[in-house]
Amino acid sequence: MPARPRVPCDHITLLFILAGGVLVLLTLLAVLTIAVPELADPLHLASVAGEPGVMDSLLLTFAAGFTAVLILALLGTPLAYLLARNEFRGKAVVEGLVDIPLILPHTVAGLMVYLLFMSRGLIGAPFAEAGFFFEDAFPGIVAAMVFVSTPYYVDGVREGFGKVPVRLEHVARTLGATRWYAFSRVVLPLTLRHIMSSALVAWGRAIGEFAAVVMIAYFPMVVSTLIYQRFATGGIAESRSVAFLMLALCLVLFIGIRWLMKHVGRYDDSA
Amino acid sequence: MIRLEGVSLTLGSFSLGGIDLSIGEGEHFFVIGPSGAGKTILLEAIAGIHPGAGGRVILGGRDVSGLPPERRGIALVYQDYGLFPHLTVAENIAFGLMTRGRPRWEIVPMVESLIAQFGIGPLSGRHPGSLSGGEKQRVALARALATDPPILLLDEPFAAIDPQLREQFMADLRTLRREKGLTIVQVSHSREEVFALADRAAVLIGGSVRQVGSREEVFRRPVSVEVARFTGFENVFPGQVLSSHSGHAEIRIGGLVLSAHTTFPTGSRVMVCIRGEDVTLAPGPGNGEDCLPGVITGISEGEHGVRVRADTGVPIVVHLAKREFREQGYQSGDYVAICIDPAVVHMLPG
Repeated sequence: MPARPRVPCDHITLLFILAGGVLVLLTLLAVLTIAVPELADPLHLASVAGEPGVMDSLLLTFAAGFTAVLILALLGTPLAYLLARNEFRGKAVVEGLVDIPLILPHTVAGLMVYLLFMSRGLIGAPFAEAGFFFEDAFPGIVAAMVFVSTPYYVDGVREGFGKVPVRLEHVARTLGATRWYAFSRVVLPLTLRHIMSSALVAWGRAIGEFAAVVMIAYFPMVVSTLIYQRFATGGIAESRSVAFLMLALCLVLFIGIRWLMKHVGRYDDSA
Repeated sequence: MIRLEGVSLTLGSFSLGGIDLSIGEGEHFFVIGPSGAGKTILLEAIAGIHPGAGGRVILGGRDVSGLPPERRGIALVYQDYGLFPHLTVAENIAFGLMTRGRPRWEIVPMVESLIAQFGIGPLSGRHPGSLSGGEKQRVALARALATDPPILLLDEPFAAIDPQLREQFMADLRTLRREKGLTIVQVSHSREEVFALADRAAVLIGGSVRQVGSREEVFRRPVSVEVARFTGFENVFPGQVLSSHSGHAEIRIGGLVLSAHTTFPTGSRVMVCIRGEDVTLAPGPGNGEDCLPGVITGISEGEHGVRVRADTGVPIVVHLAKREFREQGYQSGDYVAICIDPAVVHMLPG
């Protein structure tokens, strides 16, 4: 392993360290203001964690986020591939549509999801007739999560596809591979890292969503809704414990997945 | 073996127009041309990479125009080899056999024998990222030939390997072609490769074929000024035939008169093309037969020879062997005799 280059110590570097340090310190401070009082009172934390509503909410949030990411993988991966490989009329429009949730206030996104998926909505109505409801239900939460996290997944994976030389597909085809074989055996494995990191970011975005989710499904409560509800009705201490639990879980998961990614999809013998 | 009839293809702002070519079985055919001429795209059109191509591609008597690449029975090796970075060398070589759904017990010994044949045994478990250019090339070739395709398309295969490996690889290509009866279409811009390997060559300029012929025809008797310039005729001048009888002619170029073998009638306007290496120099202001007095105006030494610019009323480029250049000790400003054998003067209608 090569020695890490030392950070040089000149005026510009110091200035950059000062500027960047403000951001890092802010985040650290924010984490500590939640973590320190909670860790100082482990009994209260344990009792909150033991409440059925809290655990249910955490599980619900993670499961809905996971489902949203699965749906994104199934629908978003082909879209990302199309956008990465093809030039077509109206491509800019499609790109703009994919990115809309990035710039939209999430309450607007929530309203859109609600209007589409409510039981009288364009999509919700036919489902409601079949006895499948989105309002105040798991599918509604997933729908909102998919909507807001689509750009994070699609744009990331698309960048990954763009980095796989199209010639590798050509070569695979001349070696006898069908388009699907070339995609699944050459392009997909080479995009695995991008798919994983995009899925992670999309998942993070999904489980953190509040505004869009709450408009279609106040109940069952995802963690964001629960924290807000406790903040509004019970005060800081009530909401902070739930927030800390969420923070700790997310941290463990993110670190775990990042570690996993260090060992997946790297193809040089030196690693 | 390979017949292209009016093959055309437009990709963005580039277009390949109405290509007609016929390449015989077992032939080693070269496609040469300046960069951006569409050489690689022509190979891809044969391979069927771009579904929008027009015209017909006939391989071994079978019209494959509508067929996707995987059903054409061709192998294509790109300049950068296109090895799959996530697969080991052995897995790369096995790829073509895997796509055909061959069982593992059949694939393993086939891959092993290819690995032995190409002398890449020690590499079989490694990933392409850690291979040298020469090693990558051998792996790419082994992979391409694993399924015994009758046609091999090579896109500048020598571009990324060390010069000392080239000789070896050229010899390997000759052997492979002979042993497997391969038809090879190779894109190149190196005259050296064409002379070493080609049966015939096509000159592609601006997306269309300007000339097809043996290497001597293409390099000695270009059909247009464009082809002449591309194939290394550095001296191209407009001239006029002063007198012409029984195949011998006097040509006026600016203020000087050259002898040439030609059948152009007296009075014709022509383009006179002379290769730099076909012009000889003699020291002193000699004025022998077929020689003109001139003065050296510039000298630039290259890897293989010396490029001398001389002025004899028109500027002429002369390529000399290094030994000759050193023996004569030419310097800028020297008076020399510039001698041009009438047999090396190639003429095109002007």
